[in-house]
Amino acid sequence: MANPQSSAALPRNSKAAQQTNSMTMIAPIAAWLLPGLGHIIQRRYVRGLLLMASIFTMFFVGLGMQGKVYSFNTGDLLDILGFVGDVGTGLLYIAARAMDWGIGNIHRAVADYGTKYIVVAGLLNVIAIVDAHHIAIGKKP
Amino acid sequence: MTIELSHFNAALLFALCASVVFGITQRNAARDMLRYGAYCFCMFIGGVIVAAWVMWAIKH
Repeated sequence: MANPQSSAALPRNSKAAQQTNSMTMIAPIAAWLLPGLGHIIQRRYVRGLLLMASIFTMFFVGLGMQGKVYSFNTGDLLDILGFVGDVGTGLLYIAARAMDWGIGNIHRAVADYGTKYIVVAGLLNVIAIVDAHHIAIGKKP
Repeated sequence: MTIELSHFNAALLFALCASVVFGITQRNAARDMLRYGAYCFCMFIGGVIVAAWVMWAIKH
């Protein structure tokens, strides 16, 4: 005889599984586009806001120190890696390129720190993206 | 707008932001996150101070 409890729970479980499946795709994309958003849409509000504050601070302080935002290039290996790091910030990178921010100032020593701040902001966001994905697949609470 | 930070202040801010991200992403429980973030921050700043003294010793 079929167990009514288990048959009632089945559609609910499959719906939850569907949501989990879609979240495994949505969370990393959201986290890339806007740092911290991948955690926020999974109701980890404090973690998401702290990640957002940290990555935004690094990115904008880097710009404030007149750091350079790398554009796509096929030249020097370090420039290519700089671009890869910068792209990790998602919409922040796109906005910076669109607004022509981050020209870089070679006459100021601090500007080089700014460049590193911007690259590291992108790399930290990559770690946050992986973390958001781990939450979505249930590997992390 | 231009931000003027000394080398040490830049290192402090870098350590703070990186430690927050490391703490949140590398541990599962809230208490462990806080402890690991604080540990990373201390290691960052400790590394800066040790490197500064090493450079001072090399120069002298």
